[in-house]
Amino acid sequence: MFTKLRYFFLFIIFSGLITNHASARDQIRIVGSSTVFPFSTAVAEEFGNNTEFKTPVVESTGSGGGLKLFCNGVGLNHPDITNASRRIKLTEVNRCNENGVKEIIEVKIGFDGIVIANSRSSDRMDITLQQLFLALAKDIPGKDGTLTPNPYVTWNEIDASLPNKKITVLGPPPTSGTRDAFNELAIEGGCKTFSSFAALKKKDKNKYKAVCRSIREDGAYVEAGENDNLIVQKLQADPSAYGVFGYSFLDQNSDALQGSLVDGVAPEFEKIASGAYPVSRSLYFYVKKEHVSVVPGIKEFIEEFTNELAWGPEGYLMEKGLIPLTEGERNNTASASRALEVFSASELE
Amino acid sequence: MNNLDNNNQLTDESPSEYSSDRLLKRQKKEKRFQLLGKLSVLASVSFLFILFISIIEKGSSAIRQSEVLLSIDLSTENFRQEVLMDPKKIRGSELNKLTRNSLIKLFPNVQSRSDRRMLYSLISSGARHELRDRIIQNRDLIGGIISVWLPLSDDADMYLKGNIKKDVPSNLRRFKDNQISWLDQLMSDGLVRKSFNFRFFTNGDSREPEIAGTLGALIGSFFTLLVTFLISFPIGVMAAIYLEEFSPKNRFTEIIEVNINNLAAVPSIVFGLLGLGVFLSFFEFPRSAPLVGGMVLSLMTLPTIIIVSRASLKAVPGSIREAALGLGASKMQMVLHHVLPLGMPGILTGGILGMARALGETAPLLMIGMVAFIVDIPTKIDDPSTALPVQIFLWADSPERAFVERTSAAIMLLLFFLLTMNFVAVLLRQKFEKRW
Repeated sequence: MFTKLRYFFLFIIFSGLITNHASARDQIRIVGSSTVFPFSTAVAEEFGNNTEFKTPVVESTGSGGGLKLFCNGVGLNHPDITNASRRIKLTEVNRCNENGVKEIIEVKIGFDGIVIANSRSSDRMDITLQQLFLALAKDIPGKDGTLTPNPYVTWNEIDASLPNKKITVLGPPPTSGTRDAFNELAIEGGCKTFSSFAALKKKDKNKYKAVCRSIREDGAYVEAGENDNLIVQKLQADPSAYGVFGYSFLDQNSDALQGSLVDGVAPEFEKIASGAYPVSRSLYFYVKKEHVSVVPGIKEFIEEFTNELAWGPEGYLMEKGLIPLTEGERNNTASASRALEVFSASELE
Repeated sequence: MNNLDNNNQLTDESPSEYSSDRLLKRQKKEKRFQLLGKLSVLASVSFLFILFISIIEKGSSAIRQSEVLLSIDLSTENFRQEVLMDPKKIRGSELNKLTRNSLIKLFPNVQSRSDRRMLYSLISSGARHELRDRIIQNRDLIGGIISVWLPLSDDADMYLKGNIKKDVPSNLRRFKDNQISWLDQLMSDGLVRKSFNFRFFTNGDSREPEIAGTLGALIGSFFTLLVTFLISFPIGVMAAIYLEEFSPKNRFTEIIEVNINNLAAVPSIVFGLLGLGVFLSFFEFPRSAPLVGGMVLSLMTLPTIIIVSRASLKAVPGSIREAALGLGASKMQMVLHHVLPLGMPGILTGGILGMARALGETAPLLMIGMVAFIVDIPTKIDDPSTALPVQIFLWADSPERAFVERTSAAIMLLLFFLLTMNFVAVLLRQKFEKRW
């Protein structure tokens, strides 16, 4: 059935396919945050359609994973751009520098609000950051000021204004950038309101972080995976549960879900853009300047991203749920990044 | 009492209370056991049924896509001189303006800026790319007025398919009341149709659900499987032939055998890590390429193919071998002329089943960068590409609601290929298998 000749032909075809592989790369490679992924891909597609360049390849690796790949070195086997739903850390900049990535361009692209939402078939919640901390933190200050494991089972035990329902919050796992931001902005934000913790911060910063950024593990907070769509579906099925996810998912499902008011502010487009909504964070992408002259199209990609048609208040990224920067900030970032201005680590505290 | 009394015949002849009691118990036990078996079958069938029903229910609507008929004015004064010379220079934004103008002609009453924006958003933002492709293909279109069916936006499509409900208050809906009234008007003018969603099969991935397609992923899967087959099949069959027909049976070959069986049970993500460490970091093969994906998956299917091939070689009766050798054939001739052809149906079946498993695999591809947003359709095995299951994963994670039906439709496509492969395997076996 399979003669030697046929094997020979298979071999020829196969080796032909392999030697085909070119050494130069003519396509931008992007890695990084899953939160920025929907925006980055939208720009990539638009860029591919409007220019002579190939459509960039965008991988969703998470902010941390993306920066790791990004900082692995300079060369065509390493990505050109990484997306991040938080700012690059000093340790990451140092690692980049060690591996030869010395010139990094930082582009801040907009904001993302993290919402606490539930099904429209039950009442809307109005919660303060402090109440949120009390509901979800692992340890909370007891009566005498010492830390005790979180005792709350229902929301109204914390405050009578909150619903008389069991605390069930579906949210992302610790690997997610959304979770990092939620811990930092919401949980730590509520934690700070206790004067005892402010004192602790001065005394023992590590312990402060450990206490103020830990989420309870007794089942009240359910890690629902990185898939925000899944959380959305579960919330529709269970009206008594709350979910934590990015604003763009609330925007797409506003007919079924409502975002809770945090410190009296609703998670709405204008409120997040103005900074009034407390749980919002900035989104970034980082470009390897060393690659700009090697991989064609990087400069044009930055131009496409920082175009008013893309990231402006009426741009197509807004349709995808991105919350734009202020006009002044947009102008500054656009001119700086288009001029390929390198970001210096001294900007990080 | 003797054990023999439990025998049916004996109890029929001399029914003692004790034995009929035991008989009854045994029969009851037998019935319970059978019932349990039936329940298990029922459970597994109903799980499968629920799975299929839910997928088909969600995905079947993706077969059709809503389109709108627009007549677009392509007269020469609308284009720059440069474009008239070379239509490839058209920018999407220029065509956007033309499609928008034709919409405004249909709705001259829409004046305010925000209303117009809402009107424009009825049309897919992918429409201009289709228009652009059309003009580049046929440059004679410039200068005239053309009527084209262009895709409606995902929100409009979802509304027409009933996935956005009208009874929800307008401000909570992505598709607003005035958009609904415009769409209704278009429909009463006969300018809206639902047609076969060919884009789903001919386009690459997109962030716009209405123009997102599976072709890129299909070709990526094809290349990946090609590489997997070309590597794992020859190597696997060769290894099986040697181990079964030539190798001495000693401690060493025994260890190899055990390890091949172990390898078949290794979770696939481990092979992905291996691929990352060896193929990407050490050999510096390109990321996201079907070449590497295929190499990784061939590591996964190789042990399966060796095991299946050995089993089907073993099933060839010894008399065939002895007859060939007795007529003076060399051992190699005996294998190539007689044993291998007779074992081939079984080997192919195993190979196809191994490929089917590789087709559905995502975990190892995650590690080597094939889980990515890739629009361009791959043309070579080292072009960046995704695979069908990866495409499903990516769509399932997208916020746009219209991706829900696309996800299910892509699952149906994947299941179709898997079932076809399994069917071919069964067919091959029935047609060529010899019973001894």
